[in-house]
Amino acid sequence: MWTITPEEWVAINLSLRVAAIATLCTLPLAIATAHLLARGRFPGRTLLDGLVHLPLVVPPVVTGYVLLILFGRRGPIGAFLEQTFGIVLAFRWTGAALACAVMGFPLMVRAIRLAIESIDARLEHAASTLGASPLWVFATITLPLAIPGIVAGAVLCFAKALGEFGATITFVSNIPGETQTIPAAIYAYTQTPGGDLGAFRLSLISIAISLAALVASEALLHWSRRTKDGAP
Amino acid sequence: MIRVSCRLERPQFTLDATFESNARITGLIGASGSGKSTLIQMIAGLLRPTSGRIQIGPDVVLDTAARINRPSHRRGTGLVFQDAQLFPHLTVRQNLTYGARFARVPNAAITFDAVTTVLGIGHLADRAPSTLSGGERQRVAIGRALLASPKILLMDEPLASLDLNRKLEILPFIERLRDEFAIPILYVSHSAEEIARLATTVVRIDQGRVTAIGPPDDVLSTLPSSDPAGRFDALSTLTATVSHYDAAFGVTTLTHPSGTLIVTGRFEPVGAPVRVSIRATNVSLATARPAGISIRTTLTGQIKSIDESGPFARVTLALKGGDPLVAYVTRLAINDLGLARGTPVHALIKSVAIDERGVSPHLKT
Repeated sequence: MWTITPEEWVAINLSLRVAAIATLCTLPLAIATAHLLARGRFPGRTLLDGLVHLPLVVPPVVTGYVLLILFGRRGPIGAFLEQTFGIVLAFRWTGAALACAVMGFPLMVRAIRLAIESIDARLEHAASTLGASPLWVFATITLPLAIPGIVAGAVLCFAKALGEFGATITFVSNIPGETQTIPAAIYAYTQTPGGDLGAFRLSLISIAISLAALVASEALLHWSRRTKDGAP
Repeated sequence: MIRVSCRLERPQFTLDATFESNARITGLIGASGSGKSTLIQMIAGLLRPTSGRIQIGPDVVLDTAARINRPSHRRGTGLVFQDAQLFPHLTVRQNLTYGARFARVPNAAITFDAVTTVLGIGHLADRAPSTLSGGERQRVAIGRALLASPKILLMDEPLASLDLNRKLEILPFIERLRDEFAIPILYVSHSAEEIARLATTVVRIDQGRVTAIGPPDDVLSTLPSSDPAGRFDALSTLTATVSHYDAAFGVTTLTHPSGTLIVTGRFEPVGAPVRVSIRATNVSLATARPAGISIRTTLTGQIKSIDESGPFARVTLALKGGDPLVAYVTRLAINDLGLARGTPVHALIKSVAIDERGVSPHLKT
């Protein structure tokens, strides 16, 4: 019962790839959005805040359906992407990554935003009066001081992406080898007679990966704190 | 040179301040909530006034009428906060050199070695800010602002969060700064002693308005506001000469044309002029030289004016030699002693009530 089948390896591999790509692609946008929400004063800030948090409260199926409408081959964005860049998202693993990114985005923004808000704005003011441009202040003060929040946000997003099911299956279906991630594979097992063992195996693996991600983030935080304190 | 004329309208507060100063250190004094820090933030470009104009040296950094509003990173204003605000993720050295790379016209006199020597922080360069004491942190913050070669150094209550000993430790560094580097300083404080010791021009701000501007002796001896609590902030400064130090009792005798002053602590060298700040509430008046009294300092003079208000009387004396001295006494005392303009009096000052912060080498002007 402990041997992992080739199909399961494919699902694990795909899950890791989807989660990693989703996290990496979301990161810059999440940092920018978090900074905007934490420090920006502009009309429509509350609206943006609500929009960012929407995937957190809307049923995942709805999010997946909206993605299908927008990014499907006939959807306004999907059609544009296919015609201009030849990129197809619907029913592809890239689409799974998009669904995971959308679902993980609010979690990531939230963690990073809290980290930025906890930084004393006067540190940024000090840097500014010393001659640093806003971009430079962000790169040398805000970003390094927000590292713990960024790491936490990335891990949250990664974990969410690994577990994402509803939006993914609605947007890109459950195609083995293309869009069948671990949760989708587990679901498929539970729908098949005698699939209990496989579902159990994959569940254990899923727990192990999530645990590993948490441990890795702790190690990363520890390291960043050490460098921050200036210890050799 | 700094020229400021700013107006800020807020629902609960209106700031409308205009002043101009050429002094090496301009003191900005006022109670908390008077608008001092708000003014500093507007000069530094961290807060935009409703309307106004700010000129630092030859540069107009803000002129709302001409639509000029230089962002804070291009104003050249070194800002020192009350609590140092050192960058926690950088070493002391990295903190100090942070602004140097942006300096457009580096000030040749301001080098890393010169600044760290004057501030006595060279040995801290490789430490992390979190390992420094409060006083060290503040000195590093001052050095960091200086090394950006600012056109003006803005110090926003730089000593307010330190205890008295740390304050006494830092004040001489600020004086050395003033003498070594030709950078004008705008020094914000609610402490009359600090301002009296450092500043050559004082701007008093009360409820968002400039109520007095001029030499420290003139501004600090007047009542800051109609609030009776303001009497605790009224201060006179005398210039006296160091006579001798009594090691057995730990006091220094200073001579003044109107008498001798005894102050605690050691002041040197003999013959040097020093400025002594005396709070008006610490001065008592007597018509005859009293005997059998613990007060060691008795100065003689004549009453120049008496302003009575409520239970209080603000008495301005012309001491022998011409220096003015302000005393706050009760109106009852004026009545009982029969004091009036022209009455010769003895001014009694408790030596222990003279704050060491208020005694400083006389300014070179």
